[in-house]
Amino acid sequence: MEAVTVDAVSMFETVTMLHWAFDAVLGFALLWLAWLALTSQDLFKAIVLFIAFGLLMALAWVRLDAPDIALAEAAIGAGLTGALLLSALARLKSKHNTRADHEKVDESEVHD
Amino acid sequence: MKKLMNPKSMTEIVAQQMLFRLLLVALLAVMLTGLGYAVLSLPLQAPGLSEAVAKNLETSGVSNPVTAVLINFRAYDTLLEMGVLLLALLGVWSLGGEPEQRESSPGAVLDMLPRLLVSVLILVAGYLLWDGGHAPGGAFQAGSVLGAVGVLLLLAGWHPSARLVRLPLRIALVAGLGMFVVMGMVLILMGRRLLEYPPAQAGAIILLIEATATLSIAITLASLFLGGRPNSGARK
Repeated sequence: MEAVTVDAVSMFETVTMLHWAFDAVLGFALLWLAWLALTSQDLFKAIVLFIAFGLLMALAWVRLDAPDIALAEAAIGAGLTGALLLSALARLKSKHNTRADHEKVDESEVHD
Repeated sequence: MKKLMNPKSMTEIVAQQMLFRLLLVALLAVMLTGLGYAVLSLPLQAPGLSEAVAKNLETSGVSNPVTAVLINFRAYDTLLEMGVLLLALLGVWSLGGEPEQRESSPGAVLDMLPRLLVSVLILVAGYLLWDGGHAPGGAFQAGSVLGAVGVLLLLAGWHPSARLVRLPLRIALVAGLGMFVVMGMVLILMGRRLLEYPPAQAGAIILLIEATATLSIAITLASLFLGGRPNSGARK
C-alpha cells in the first residue's frame, strides 16, 4: 500500500513540473517572438511574427484559466489584427510604388 | 539659406544614439524590476468578486460566469464597448473611401478555401454564440469568427453589392448597440433600472442581445478590413 501512494505523489510532482516547464517555455517563446517582431527589418516578417505571437498568447490565456479570452485573442488578436496589418502593409507598398513611379516621371520631364 | 542645425560629425551622432539607447534600457530595467516586484507580491489566489458572482449566478439567466458578468452584471460596460467598436469604424470611414479594387483572380487555394470554410465557420459562430451560456464562448467570440468569414470573402474577391452597402450595412452596424439601448429603455419603462433584467426572462434577453451583438461585431470587423467607406456606386 505504501508503494502505491508514493507512486501517486511522484506522478503528481511530475505533472506539476511539466506544467512549470511548459509555462517557462511558453513565457520565453512569447518574449522572444515579441523581440523578433519588434526588431525585424522586413515588415512582412514582423507581421507574421506578430500573428504567431498572438497564437502563443492565446495558449498563455488558456494556461491562466481564461478560455473565453483565449478564444477572443486567437480570433481577433492573431487573426483579424494580422489581416488588417497585412492589408495596411499592402496599401503602403502600393502607395510607395505609385509615388516612385510619379517621381520617375517628374525626373524624366526635368531632364527633358 | 540658413542652416537650422549645426552639422554634427558622424561619431557624435552615433555616440548620442548610443547614450539614448542606454538610457532607454536603464529605464526599462527599472520599470521591469518594479513590475516584477508588484506581480510577485500579489497573493497567489485572489478571489476578487468571484464569490459574489457565484452567489448571484442563478438569477443571471446563464450558467457561464463570464457571460453573466459581460451581458448581465456589467452590461453597461458591454454597451459602451459596442459603442467603441462603432466609433473605431467611423474613424476608419472618416479617413477616406475604400481602396480601388484591382482586377485579380485569386489563386487556387483562395478560390477553393472560402467555399469550404464559410459554411463551417458560420456554424462554428452559431455554436459559440449558443454555447456561451454555459461554456466558454459568447457574443465577441462568435462575432469575431463571423468577422473572419467576412474577411475571407473579401480576400477571395467578393464585394458587397451597392444595394447592400447603403442602408442594410448601416442598420447591421448599429443593431448591436441599438438593441442594448432599446432593451435598457424598455426595462426603464417597465420600472426597473437600466439593463436590470428580470430573472425569469434574463436568459432570453441575454440571447437576444448576444445575437444582435454577434451580427454587429462581425459586420464591423469585416468593414474594418474593407479599409474605408464602402463605394456605394453613387458618383459624388
